[in-house]
Amino acid sequence: MLYPDTVEAEILVHKPWFVATMFGVVLLLFMAFNMSGTSFAELMRPVIGEPSVSGLYGRFAIAFAIAVIFTLNVVLIGFAPLKFQIGIVWLELLLLFIAFFETFHLSLPFIREKLPFLISQGVVTTLYVSAISIVIASVIAVAGAVAKLSNNGFAFAIASFYTSFFRGLPLLMQVYLIYLGLPQLGFVINAVPAGILALSLCYGAYMTEIFRSGIQSIDRGQWEASRSMGFGFALTMRRIILPQALPVIIPPTGNQFISMLKDSSLVSVIGVWELMFLARTLGQKTFQHMEMLISAAMIYWMLSICLELIQSRIERHYHRSKVR
Amino acid sequence: MRAPAIIEAKAVSKWYGQFHALKDINLTVRKGERIVICGPSGSGKSTLIRCFNRLEAHQVGDIVINGVALHGKMTNAAVRSNVGMVFQHFNLFPHMTVLMNCMAGPMWVKGVSAANARKTALRFLERVRIPEQANKFPIQLSGGQQQRVAIARSLCMEPAVMLFDEPTSALDPEMVSEVLETMTGLARDGITMVCVTHEMGFARAVADRVIFMDAGQIVEEGTPDEFFSRPRHDRTKLFLSQILKH
Repeated sequence: MLYPDTVEAEILVHKPWFVATMFGVVLLLFMAFNMSGTSFAELMRPVIGEPSVSGLYGRFAIAFAIAVIFTLNVVLIGFAPLKFQIGIVWLELLLLFIAFFETFHLSLPFIREKLPFLISQGVVTTLYVSAISIVIASVIAVAGAVAKLSNNGFAFAIASFYTSFFRGLPLLMQVYLIYLGLPQLGFVINAVPAGILALSLCYGAYMTEIFRSGIQSIDRGQWEASRSMGFGFALTMRRIILPQALPVIIPPTGNQFISMLKDSSLVSVIGVWELMFLARTLGQKTFQHMEMLISAAMIYWMLSICLELIQSRIERHYHRSKVR
Repeated sequence: MRAPAIIEAKAVSKWYGQFHALKDINLTVRKGERIVICGPSGSGKSTLIRCFNRLEAHQVGDIVINGVALHGKMTNAAVRSNVGMVFQHFNLFPHMTVLMNCMAGPMWVKGVSAANARKTALRFLERVRIPEQANKFPIQLSGGQQQRVAIARSLCMEPAVMLFDEPTSALDPEMVSEVLETMTGLARDGITMVCVTHEMGFARAVADRVIFMDAGQIVEEGTPDEFFSRPRHDRTKLFLSQILKH
């Protein structure tokens, strides 16, 4: 939440000038598009007659109807309490998306037939590749952050080279480099470990910077107090600094986790049978690409929502010591 | 017989880059002594006591704490558990309860059991008169209470000497007295302390010796009576006239 202003302002969406402007903008916007071929125009048939021949009058009537519905909707939502507003807006946006997917005329039986395999093979692979990479990346991040903050030139050089290199190269290229490059050195590496390695190294580099800034955000007084109590470096880091840095680190790290979940789709290029790979291949034979791609998209989204929920849980947990 | 020396500083000098922060400091603090260090800001008084627990490193001279010499890097941990430090900005650990703040040192550094650490912590919280706040987080306390917790936290390590670095400078006026009373109580119990402060009333009432520093040097040193009634140096007189004006 932003810092709340206790001076109560009028509700913006109830101001006449705002309502009028909103109405005008929506009207003009939908006038600009020819909506006469849509199912909404079909609904308007009693008013405008045959949509395709209704001409300017038809376009205006359709845009007018949409503008009325839209404006009324916004004004009414303005009356609802906050929680209710959030719920309604989510629901409406979701319905619009479903309406969008409706236009693909997806074959539900096909989805129903392939979904079990998509989940048992694809989702499981995606999840364990991501989960292992996240754990390794976090470990790398702590070590990298400490190295980047240390006085040891050797450690700093390695850490800064590492973050520079792996943040500087496209992840896709790293996947190829590891999968195709390591065999040149004599290590023949399977696709799954190569994918995990690439993801961990890449995300470890990003997260190193997140952890470093988190650690640096802690007041030096905390280090001084710890030193004066006789705590050593490891103890100070583990019991004093990191626990305080976590609330700073967690939001961007949650971001990284969500991002990694989806970037794990890049390992499909080296033939790992994860969600993206299956989504592309399962629909190929019958040219039902959209069915599988949209299913996979929905699954990615749902997994991300799970991570979002976990993140907000953790954030709430760390909020405790800040409450007076 | 004289009490054994807890802190011995011999010809200590320190530079920050080109800036000569401490110039040839000689100071001995004996067991049970209460020393107040005062002086204008930037005179090196905080730097000096931060050298006593090696939060800062001196470059020339010797500092011996309770028989352990401070040079190089080897002895720091051993020295620090002998020296308690109270900071201007308290520096409590905000993610731990008051009780845990006090238990942490004994448990993690000295390996005391949780039950015993808890007993010690409660005893010292009692002594700074806030045992009822033990399960709160630091941010829930007033500044004065936080500083008293910080004092208790240091005492839990049962140090040979307590260092106070302007402990009341960040406090509201009405909270200054509760912290000073706590410190006066400690002084009466015979705890060795070195205190950097501008609270001249406290210095007069409690100190065995008052030390006046200016520009990195000890300018004048004496009993509170000598120091306040018959200051010898012009610099001291000027400082006292300014600080006692209000």
